[in-house]
Amino acid sequence: MADRHIEPDTPELRARWGSFAWTAENAEKAKEIIARYPAGRQRSAVMPLLDLAQRQVGAEENTQGWLPIPVMEYVAKQLDMPIIRVVEVATFYTMYNIAPIGRFHVQVCGTTPCMLRGSDDIMAACKARGLKKGHTTDDGVFTLTEVECMGNCASAPMVQINDDNYEDLTAADMTRILDELAAGKQPKTGTQLPGRHTVEPIGGPTSLTAMVGANHDYRGEW
Amino acid sequence: MLADKDRIFTNLYGYQPWNLKAARGRGDWDNTKALMERGQDAIIEEIKASGLRGRGGAGFPTGMKWSFMPKESKDGRPSFLVINADESEPGSCKDREIIRHDPHKLIEGALVAGYAMRARAAYIYIRGEYIREAETLFAAVAEAYEAGLLGKNACGSGYDFDVFVHRGAGAYICGEETAMIESLEGKKGQPRLKPPFPAGAGLYGCPTTVNNVESIAVAPTILRRGAAWFSSFGRDNNKGTKLFQISGHVNKPCVVEEAMSIPFSELIEKHCGGIRGGRDNLLAVIPGGSSVPLVPAAEIWDAPMDFDGLRAVGSGLGTAAVIVMDKSTDIVRAISRLSYFYKHESCGQCTPCREGTGWMWRVMERLRTGDAAVEEIDMLQQVTKQVEGHTICALGDAAAWPIQGLIRHFRPEIERRIAENQREAAE
Repeated sequence: MADRHIEPDTPELRARWGSFAWTAENAEKAKEIIARYPAGRQRSAVMPLLDLAQRQVGAEENTQGWLPIPVMEYVAKQLDMPIIRVVEVATFYTMYNIAPIGRFHVQVCGTTPCMLRGSDDIMAACKARGLKKGHTTDDGVFTLTEVECMGNCASAPMVQINDDNYEDLTAADMTRILDELAAGKQPKTGTQLPGRHTVEPIGGPTSLTAMVGANHDYRGEW
Repeated sequence: MLADKDRIFTNLYGYQPWNLKAARGRGDWDNTKALMERGQDAIIEEIKASGLRGRGGAGFPTGMKWSFMPKESKDGRPSFLVINADESEPGSCKDREIIRHDPHKLIEGALVAGYAMRARAAYIYIRGEYIREAETLFAAVAEAYEAGLLGKNACGSGYDFDVFVHRGAGAYICGEETAMIESLEGKKGQPRLKPPFPAGAGLYGCPTTVNNVESIAVAPTILRRGAAWFSSFGRDNNKGTKLFQISGHVNKPCVVEEAMSIPFSELIEKHCGGIRGGRDNLLAVIPGGSSVPLVPAAEIWDAPMDFDGLRAVGSGLGTAAVIVMDKSTDIVRAISRLSYFYKHESCGQCTPCREGTGWMWRVMERLRTGDAAVEEIDMLQQVTKQVEGHTICALGDAAAWPIQGLIRHFRPEIERRIAENQREAAE
């Protein structure tokens, strides 16, 4: 199991987050989310609501967002669930941050397919830039985590930073991306390999070439 | 090589937009009503006749799975279709391409399959890390509702059907069907004991079928082109086309749709630009995602890439995620990293897996550096046998098999490291 430690419940934490409530926009979203599940099964909405709450906390703090205990209590109340059931979910799923986090969550994939394509170099580039695995930089900008397979194996190695993936990385790409993010710029997402579109063979597709330039309809050839 | 006209996922690489208009231009949602009018039993029969086997790894015949669903509800319980888009098996990256580049194939498939199994709604469970992909999927579903393809009287068929998207949050285990159902119900994703099977009591205690994204997304094309067309590809018992995902030490890693049973060599030479450093530089291949045992170079080269062909070389097709390793690979580390993955992803429910995955990883790390005794290789092998088959779900098996494959094929390498370590210690 993953090693995870929840941020302790303290009076300071209560003072900061005890009055957490949805923004008007998120209150609407929460309602729409709950409506996706059958009546009486509102508990199914706990995962999307925790994600929404984490994003709202992040927006308030200008970080990637996390889940303080009072925020979990707020979600539990809305869904009529015991708080422990919400804490169970928040601690079980690794995408819920249960301790404070930086502005950019740098998640380097280190599983075998990425490892074979050089994820060690990507980690080293992060280290050289002052990032430390499992820690947030002193200025609060970057948190570095090594994560398990992210499903980008045909364009490995890769890193996910907040909501975007950066694929086909070299160490130089990684350094550049971190520099651009720190400078407030948005780097190009997706593959970093010049000339590659997505996951076609590098150098151009070996099949479906008619699709490159036009929305080809193959039905006429059936 | 499979002809382009026989490829199902024509926008696999996303050169064209994913939206409804473009998807219709490629043939999706083309008179779906007529497909549904054939009737539920006829649809299931056609899928059965096509020989389609589940694309999520286990390879269970899809049509037969659908036929397990009740034909009528005797107690008023609705039925559900759950689509498994929790693609997390190391090496697998096909469902992501379907969802971000061809989402309407999946949504149309959801309607057709859901109708055939008399489901009230489909939940598409997409892994949490696929953030942009989920955005595309949400938007595509909204487009389909807007166009009257889903919802009340879907496609004018008179059948009411809803499709909902549910995002996961980073747990590999939720790809196991009963863990996925638990997760959808708002709980920790810990697998359930079977029986009862989901077709009897699944989501919310209602009859449920869980299918992989690819299995669902190919269904409309099979119905349009006929079972005979689909079963014209591949060997007996291994029919159809399949998305292969090739990663690791090939010159051009890629995702590509090919006919089942294509020889490994052809797949690599035609689409991937060959092995890095040439054929002689190939060390071993994990042909079906991290859960299947590795196969040494000599045995994999001519093997047909299908369920039976890979079983014959002591491995499996799994999700057709082909991880290629050349001779520069530290093979013990490559497998040890997978052991770490399973340790990280064990849900903690069953003791053999919770304790065993951590134990196996720690021993693997010592074997990697040679800091072990030769007898420990056999002990590790025995422990994998005690984890395998003694857990509720297959994660325990999946953690055991890669290690068993390593010991089976690379025992001399492990012993060499131990001997070298002992020699160095003695000096």
